[in-house]
Amino acid sequence: MNLLVRVRRPARRGEPHGGLAARLREPTQVVFLALLGLVAVGWALVALNGEQFFTMESVVGIQQRSAALGIVAVGQTLAILAGSLDLSVAYLISLASLVAAEIMAGQDGNIVPAVAAVLAVSALVGLVNGLIITRLQVHAFIATLGVALIIKGIVDHLYDGPAGKVPESFQLLGYSRIGPVPVSAMLWAGVAVVAWFLLSRTRLGYRIYAVGGNEEVARLSGIRTGRVIVVTHVLCSVCAGIAGLLLAGRLGAGAPTVGTDGGYDLESVAAVVLGGTALAGGKGGVAGTVGGVLLLAVLDTIFNQLEVNSFVKDVVRGVVIVIAVAVYARRGTRRSQ
Amino acid sequence: MKRALPILAVLVVLLAAIAVANPLFLEPAGFLAFLKRAAPLVILAAGQYFVIVSGEFDLSVGSLVTAEVVIAARLIDGDESATWPVLALLIVVGLFVGLVNGVVTTKLRVPSFIVTLGMLLVLRGAVFLWTGGAPRGALSEGFRVFGRGGLGPMPWSVLILLAVGAAAIWLMRADFGRTLIATGDNERAAALSGVRVGRAKIFAFMLSGLAAAVAAILLGGFAGVSAQAGQGLEFSAITAVVLGGVVVGGGRGSVPAAMAGAFTLEALFTLLNLYGISGALEFTVQGVIIIAAVAAGAIRLPRKFTPRRGDAHAAS
Repeated sequence: MNLLVRVRRPARRGEPHGGLAARLREPTQVVFLALLGLVAVGWALVALNGEQFFTMESVVGIQQRSAALGIVAVGQTLAILAGSLDLSVAYLISLASLVAAEIMAGQDGNIVPAVAAVLAVSALVGLVNGLIITRLQVHAFIATLGVALIIKGIVDHLYDGPAGKVPESFQLLGYSRIGPVPVSAMLWAGVAVVAWFLLSRTRLGYRIYAVGGNEEVARLSGIRTGRVIVVTHVLCSVCAGIAGLLLAGRLGAGAPTVGTDGGYDLESVAAVVLGGTALAGGKGGVAGTVGGVLLLAVLDTIFNQLEVNSFVKDVVRGVVIVIAVAVYARRGTRRSQ
Repeated sequence: MKRALPILAVLVVLLAAIAVANPLFLEPAGFLAFLKRAAPLVILAAGQYFVIVSGEFDLSVGSLVTAEVVIAARLIDGDESATWPVLALLIVVGLFVGLVNGVVTTKLRVPSFIVTLGMLLVLRGAVFLWTGGAPRGALSEGFRVFGRGGLGPMPWSVLILLAVGAAAIWLMRADFGRTLIATGDNERAAALSGVRVGRAKIFAFMLSGLAAAVAAILLGGFAGVSAQAGQGLEFSAITAVVLGGVVVGGGRGSVPAAMAGAFTLEALFTLLNLYGISGALEFTVQGVIIIAAVAAGAIRLPRKFTPRRGDAHAAS
């Protein structure tokens, strides 16, 4: 199973070859352009309101707000690229935060076993997701929804409210920062870089694109498609586990609703799609997802600074997501004509 | 119809188990009470069936149900004379939301997962914005009669359920049904053979919106007004349809089977309650059973008929 051999992925059909104009047509570039535009608009609106947009507080806030969603969304990107989908991440995040806080129990010495346990539990959940999808032939939507219900039942049965205690040293993960960069943002960046390397420089990454692009063709050309899908689900769940650790650090305890309150399941899918990754799989990447998550976070920050009603956020967010995907779809058709 | 057999067998077993635990269930009143409770989900499943068989998803039905209940309470505000105009308005709202979902999905080529997810966010935000966070107003007695009252011993909701079921079966036997199944099975082939694919899908989304409106009317009457009226119903409806052997990705499965799936889900809830399984663990059991049922459905089929994974997104 030498899935991690370094390879250069050949350019996919329709991928731009140089040329600024061609590059600007790629969704990944579009989302960053949109991000720039949004920052400019936000800056102008906030300035008109007589306040400053680029305060240290808001910049740090954007990074902190986006870190947990960002880590989940990077994992979700892998699953979606392989043509799958994971709706169980929100409950897994809650479970991970509880496992972490319970095992740590306020003791510094327990941090390493707790982190190991969280990673093991989430990898196991990912393995179960992947095997149900590939071996039992259950559609990813139903399989991960079923696993989500299973986790929800267990968590709700065992816990009514916050439990466990995270030691001070681990709480630093949630709030401390080096200069203007929060540690949580660095963790997110680390996860994103690993995923980017995996997708663009390893054989496994090449296979993920192949399976997502056309599973049957991938299978006929000798790729063990089932294995690839299982691996992406394990990685996706591990990312959710890391996000759970981060949130446990931020809360100082484990919470049975931290994942669902954040809406990490549908939000992470939305961020991935906003970043230009095709829901059908095979097209897109981590860079776009990072842009998508930042876009959502900047939107949130602008609303916060303008003190817009939080329910308006939901409305605008929904409209933005649909419009963005409509724009990508339009580009896609124009190119193929 | 062959695909409906496993789910019907499961349903019969569950109903028998309920009857063993609670003999009252065998009496007409007990059974009608079960049908009454199941009606909203079964109607939603019928609506969701049209969307799923055409190869799409509708994630917005749960928040649409909530929105409809909240709108009804606010607009009626206890005023008896407002009942019928508001009922008409609810139907129009349901159809309109479906129309928007359908048009954005087919004309702007956005995957329906994203369109209806966006609609979910928009509806949720808009409703709360309008009510300021907590639903206001009250439903009239005339409105509540649909969820609670009955024509003699027959609850209105059961009669409405029968009408919806008959209409759905009739629709699927008409040209529309064949068109829809052809669309879900292979959109490109259907389009090339002259099917107006977009129109069929838009109509399917409108039926789902209509089903959500009807379900909201029954639920509002039955359970009352709350901001959580429709929470999670989208997943329940999709689960019910899939339990009925309808293939995610479209093209296969029948509407009676989808409705049987919803009855099965409701019977499962009833049974778990009867056996005193704690509220939370109910979800765990539900998750295991859903996965097992769908997996069993996949195994039963000869290999060449198993759907290709990823078909669900073929339209995106």
